[in-house]
Amino acid sequence: MSAIDPMDAVAARPTAWTEARVVEVDRPTADTVRLRLEPDERQRHRPGQHYLVRLRAPDGYTAQRSYSLASDPDDALLELLVERLPDGEVSEFLAEVLEVGDVLEVRGPLGRWFAWDTTTPALCLVGGTGVVPAVSMQRAAVRLGRSDLLRVVAVGRAPGHLPYAEELAAAGATLAWTRANVDGRRAAAPTRAEVTPLLEGVEVAFVCGSARFASYAETLLQECGLAPDAIRVERFGPTG
Amino acid sequence: MSGRITRGFTGKRRGQQGDRLPPGQYDVGDGWPTLTAEATPTVRTEQFELAVDGLVERPTTWSWEELLALPRSTYAGDIHCVTTWSKFDMTWRGVSLDVLLEQAAPRAEAAYALVHSSSGYTTNLPLADLRDGKAWVAWEADGQPLTREHGGPARLLVPHLYFWKSAKWVSRIELLDHDQQGFWERNGYHDRGDPWVEQRYQGD
Ligand SMILES: Cc1cc2nc3c(=O)[nH]c(=O)nc-3n(C[C@H](O)[C@H](O)[C@H](O)COP(=O)(O)OP(=O)(O)OC[C@H]3O[C@@H](n4cnc5c(N)ncnc54)[C@H](O)[C@@H]3O)c2cc1C
Repeated sequence: MSAIDPMDAVAARPTAWTEARVVEVDRPTADTVRLRLEPDERQRHRPGQHYLVRLRAPDGYTAQRSYSLASDPDDALLELLVERLPDGEVSEFLAEVLEVGDVLEVRGPLGRWFAWDTTTPALCLVGGTGVVPAVSMQRAAVRLGRSDLLRVVAVGRAPGHLPYAEELAAAGATLAWTRANVDGRRAAAPTRAEVTPLLEGVEVAFVCGSARFASYAETLLQECGLAPDAIRVERFGPTG
Repeated sequence: MSGRITRGFTGKRRGQQGDRLPPGQYDVGDGWPTLTAEATPTVRTEQFELAVDGLVERPTTWSWEELLALPRSTYAGDIHCVTTWSKFDMTWRGVSLDVLLEQAAPRAEAAYALVHSSSGYTTNLPLADLRDGKAWVAWEADGQPLTREHGGPARLLVPHLYFWKSAKWVSRIELLDHDQQGFWERNGYHDRGDPWVEQRYQGD
């Protein structure tokens, strides 16, 4: 964090709650739901940023959670990908109750630290639903014709369990499966040998996933020689 | 703000909303999530230094041994993270900021603090939020030395504000006559961060 770039030094514009209509709902994997939303008001986001979603019960009780954007900043809609957690208050509602035409309260974009400026050579090391901000970054890189600037390593349990796996791979991402042997690669978390060559020229690394994944990824990147202050981390954790 | 009711939503965690839980928070129970923006640094106690400087009569620096030699006190109570978890009934030990401020002697014009961590992290607070038994530099949580992930060897503890104000790996408390935004504050988080009135983001 010693090298805070100018982007971070600029004061953030305050964000306000707005309403967003659900335009599309689908389920890319068994326990995830993909939502496409049309907000009443919109500030342009940077790839990697997140939104708040707030649910309101008839008696005024509210619950709010953070969700990263998968959408490219140029996308007319906001795209979220939510994993349904057993008994999760918000994620279960979004996955099981929400329908096209419903309206949600949302606020964003937030999280200017975990955001890619689209010009700095970067690596994403992301796991599970932690792929979501990397999808936004990769979509932006592809649109700008600068896929060379962004390398993505996405980690999942097995094919069929990782949202956006095909899209990421088609744009050049490395996929690592922890519980399946695929194409001669043995089931394992990504190794130093796999990640080190991808770090050449990389100035910032984005780590995103569960708390457990994030601590593995942070350690791995440092073992591969990346300086701690070049690593930005977002943990999805138990609402934290 | 009153907003539109979400069709079909009744809420699951409302049972936990007692007087102790600020709005929008939930009780994390025995868990203790970690949330940092950067890789976890290692601060060895041999290298540890804590300074109180800026608008003070006596800029003062304490080594680890000197810090531990100061009169200690305990905070027993709850903590609240802006990412919506709260943790009840923790016990923290450390030194009250009142002790540190008394030694450094803030000047009359000192009204704000910019707190620095050895990682480069910063956060801003009104000086009033650090005084009168409301803040500590803490090195023990629930009877255990503070782990690296949670800001060990020592972190600031300001439990009446959202926990990003409680800077991990605290190294310097700089007193100023104006409010200068820290890291999350520049990135859109609130300058004060009172959980009871949900001061999460700039504009709240
Ligand atoms: C910056 C950021 C970005 C994020 N982006 C995404 C994203 O893109 N996609 C995504 O899916 N998630 C994302 N998350 C996580 C998301 O915000 C929520 O934490 C997640 O959806 C779970 O919320 P929930 O209301 O469903 O679960 P909660 O109700 O908060 O519960 C979470 C889990 O804890 C358990 N639990 C909670 N309270 C209790 C209790 N009192 N007793 C017992 N068990 C309990 C539940 O069983 C559940 O399994 C992000 C988080 C952050 C901080």
